[in-house]
Amino acid sequence: MAATLVLERLGCRVHFPTAQTCCGQPMFNTGHHADAAVLARRWIHVFEGFDAIITPSGSCAAMMKVHAPEMLRDDPEYATRAKVAAGKTYEFVEFLSRVLRVDLAGMGARHDSSATIHPACHLRELGLMDEPAGVLAQIKGLELHPLPSRDECCGFGGAFSVKHPAISGKMVENKVASVASTRSDALVCSDAGCAMNIDGACRKRGVRQRIISAPELIAESLGLLEREPLP
Amino acid sequence: MNEGLLFPPLPHRIESRAPAAARDISLQQFVRHATVTKDTGRVDACRAAFGERYDNLRRHAGAIKSHTLDHLDEYLERFEAAATRAGATVHWAADAASANRICLDIAKRINAKVCVKSKSMATEETRLLPELEAAGVKTIETDLGEFIVQLDGDAPSHIVTPMIHKNRASVARAFVRDLGAPYTEDPGELTMIARAHMRKLFERADLGISGGNFLIAETGSLVICTNEGNADLTVSLPPVHVALVGIEKLIPAMEHLPIFLKLLARSATAQPLTIYTTCVTGPARSAGQGSSADVDGPRELHIVLLDNGRSELLRAPTRELLRCIRCGACLNACPVYKAVGGGHAYGSVYSGPIGATITPHLKGLHNYPDLATASSLCGACFHACPVHIDLPAQLIALREEAARRHLNPAPERVTMKLWRWIMQSPARYRIASGLARFVLSRLDGVDIPLPGPLGAWTSCRTTPRPGAIDFRAWWNERQRTKANCGRPASDRGRA
Repeated sequence: MAATLVLERLGCRVHFPTAQTCCGQPMFNTGHHADAAVLARRWIHVFEGFDAIITPSGSCAAMMKVHAPEMLRDDPEYATRAKVAAGKTYEFVEFLSRVLRVDLAGMGARHDSSATIHPACHLRELGLMDEPAGVLAQIKGLELHPLPSRDECCGFGGAFSVKHPAISGKMVENKVASVASTRSDALVCSDAGCAMNIDGACRKRGVRQRIISAPELIAESLGLLEREPLP
Repeated sequence: MNEGLLFPPLPHRIESRAPAAARDISLQQFVRHATVTKDTGRVDACRAAFGERYDNLRRHAGAIKSHTLDHLDEYLERFEAAATRAGATVHWAADAASANRICLDIAKRINAKVCVKSKSMATEETRLLPELEAAGVKTIETDLGEFIVQLDGDAPSHIVTPMIHKNRASVARAFVRDLGAPYTEDPGELTMIARAHMRKLFERADLGISGGNFLIAETGSLVICTNEGNADLTVSLPPVHVALVGIEKLIPAMEHLPIFLKLLARSATAQPLTIYTTCVTGPARSAGQGSSADVDGPRELHIVLLDNGRSELLRAPTRELLRCIRCGACLNACPVYKAVGGGHAYGSVYSGPIGATITPHLKGLHNYPDLATASSLCGACFHACPVHIDLPAQLIALREEAARRHLNPAPERVTMKLWRWIMQSPARYRIASGLARFVLSRLDGVDIPLPGPLGAWTSCRTTPRPGAIDFRAWWNERQRTKANCGRPASDRGRA
């Protein structure tokens, strides 16, 4: 919702093809590539007609931009289409900074609070680790705190988290400690999976931490969304 | 040495050791502190030296290795010819047993009593040390970390930093117990105690054994990098030296060495160069034959080229794994390696991301069925690798093989089929997500143990909370409102 509101405010005509489902990343990551390819082809079919394909989730972006074209490279019908679709797929913040080249400060973005950023690991794959901080730094009044061991995974990894609970649990425990040490009003996550994982681990430990996405923070700073009270 | 740590009964599961290691607070602290320090040091050192060119540099280094591996047969023969010309004896070992036999035969022929050994993962892999000891050759690890691990009857836990799982106090205790030294935790004093102990053994040793970081095909040279100089002494003091080196350590010519030295030291320990870089070309020659510089060195130099499953990795999909220069950067970068308290949980000589990818190939995927799944695919290893090995892709390839051979859990296969079936239809997706939303919003992030595999999730988290607003409902409502105002409601963007 926040992504829609922000993109519209920036002058985009936003479509949400309701036929969309899942890009197939869970199957790809667990090695079920035939199943993953079925959904990747479906994704291409639903999305390829648009000028730009934007996802607020880093892992979905990485799946479509990097892995789908790799997986479908020998598919006579979809190899080229996958590449073309991948070429116009953007992670939300990437689209704002690299395509629209937004100037949030110029648009009057203001958010009197503090935040720290957990850029999802998939942003590393896409070379976008510093991108969220770059864009959010344009918001006046927002105090960005550096997150210790920022680039370390929070331990979600889909099936990994249920197959290896001790390992995944230790990783998210480390992440929660590092987030809490910054004493920030909000943690900005670039992936819904990380947010779900870190939120669950914070609540388990009784750590009160607001976790939001970059589009939400930007929408709030532009007055497009009401600021939610702290948890 | 505690053999079971690196050579556990098979099949071995990382899950059998991970929970205890994750709970061990001091182990977590040692490993975390050491790896985070090394990892940040590596990033800073590479940025300072290479800046924007770093990515090109590591691709270039990877390409040199790839080229060598593409023509490995030719380079191996070139190396053998050059090393033989230089006076070394080259041996070929197809597996661990034949490598150890070659070393033991040499030890027996020269009637070796004391052997000094510098650090070598290849000898860990073939379990050479216990065989030497069994044959009556007293063998001393001369790398300080390996020495302490040896005294403690422990096993190395990191490719570069074998005692990453220990602290100074445990070193102090080992030195009091085994060397009769006074108790001290001062690193300088501890080093001097070890040095004094080892010097005597270096003088007495009749056999030196090492591994090798690089083999130069053009010159037949063996290159060993250390920070303690123990490889120099291991090579030059005993009359006979044996180097056990994997066949993947070849590079074509001396001109290719600098890029690897620069990358290896920075990636391993954030140094511009290791303190000692030992380059050995043939044994000592009498002053009359060559230049005076050739007088130093062992009387006999043996180089054992070890295959031990590496040729299997040469097939195209896994060839890149042989590019590895064993810098350990992927271990230091890996959050899983940290969470499992270092290398022992892997139950294998090679740990961390590189261990998780090569071990199932070298020792059988069925013997290590959950190593490749023990990763969130965060990509920190790929990012850290100085020879650009796509480790996450290799992990996914192993998962694919496991799925193909039905080595992964059956519930996972069923879940993935079901997921695909649901996601193939927007209607089914709507029903499934509606159901999940209904259940999760009723639970509202509650801290309860869920049954079955979901219990793994709730062991360290509350149940997931869905967003306050159902986006699709919001979107549909909005489209309806817009339509009523006479604006197009179509979301079909297809041209």
